[in-house]
Amino acid sequence: MTAIINMISAWAIPVLIAFIPLFAFTKKVPVYESFVVGAKEGFQTAVQIIPNLVGMMVAISVFRASGALDFFVGWTGPFLHRLGVPSEILPLGLLRPLTGTGSLAFATDLISVYGPDSMIGRMASTIQGSTDTTLYVLTVYMGAVGIRNGRYSLKVGLFSDVVGFIASIAVCLLFFG
Amino acid sequence: MINVIWLALIVIGFGFAAAQGNIETVTSAAFDGAKTGVTVCFGLISVLVFWLGMMKLAEESGLLQKIAKLMGPIVRFLFPDVPRNHPAMGYILSNMSANLLGLGNAATPMGIKAMQELQTLNPDKTAASPAMCTLLALNTASITLIPTTLIAIRMNYQSANPTEIVGTTLAATMVATLAAVAADRWYRRKFLNRRPKPPIPAGPAAALQPDAQDMKG
Repeated sequence: MTAIINMISAWAIPVLIAFIPLFAFTKKVPVYESFVVGAKEGFQTAVQIIPNLVGMMVAISVFRASGALDFFVGWTGPFLHRLGVPSEILPLGLLRPLTGTGSLAFATDLISVYGPDSMIGRMASTIQGSTDTTLYVLTVYMGAVGIRNGRYSLKVGLFSDVVGFIASIAVCLLFFG
Repeated sequence: MINVIWLALIVIGFGFAAAQGNIETVTSAAFDGAKTGVTVCFGLISVLVFWLGMMKLAEESGLLQKIAKLMGPIVRFLFPDVPRNHPAMGYILSNMSANLLGLGNAATPMGIKAMQELQTLNPDKTAASPAMCTLLALNTASITLIPTTLIAIRMNYQSANPTEIVGTTLAATMVATLAAVAADRWYRRKFLNRRPKPPIPAGPAAALQPDAQDMKG
């Protein structure tokens, strides 16, 4: 299974890179010129996201560096422990919707300390892999089109993070427990 | 809500730093955060420029429209108010497929492109349309078949079976995605009901009954 998955990961993008222009060429699209026209939009889009991302990263960075995040983690840990959930895993649940790199670093740390095949390592892998960074996705996607009012999308994103976190732990306990 | 969360993160952080007597961390953290934001955007430039160029080819050659037609039923269920042959459909599908395969750096440009296409259909350009909210819900829950990064990390730490988490991740991601779609539907209905209704009153009320059943089951 590892071999198949590795092969798909390795081949997916190269195949797309070769196939899309080739297909366009057979449809008589001026491939290089069209590519450049489309690519031009990419730069503006990336620049447009900067204010949104800077604003969000500043808030998250202050919250983390001040020790506030650690405090909330320490406070809720024992409570979760009583439910059979290793308290070491909890910070990951709090970090996951806020920062992708932060939670990835934390998950990697858990995997290196407890081992990839421990229950904590498996839970960390599942939690990290099963959802995306809600605040980042909302910031980037809405920033790119200048949407200011996200309506209910933040509530939906955070709700699915909580559900995903609980589901990851439950599935790991069921499957590996 | 985003305003409250943003303010809370900063003010609570300030409060903690002040209480612990290391207020100077706030300054350095704020500028570190700003730097990270810009760095991430600069990292996005190359990826966005490249993939949006590729996607232009896919769009002009009709490839996107073909994919959209192929996967039509699922997307039409999720995005009932996007016209069938609108280019947004193709981008939404490319975004979902890239997520499924764990191709994060391809998924983001396609998702952004889908947002831009949905924006052309959006009556209020500063507020997210219901279709945008659905796209955001799918992306925050991120349906993943192959968590490539995590498999790589596990291999790095000599896991006996690096891919054993594929199954658990798939189960968890499906539950999270279903929760996101259900919540999205629920809020969407609330939102659409609050809006001034079109003059034919029988339509929405009659259409609501079977849907309400769906939510329970």
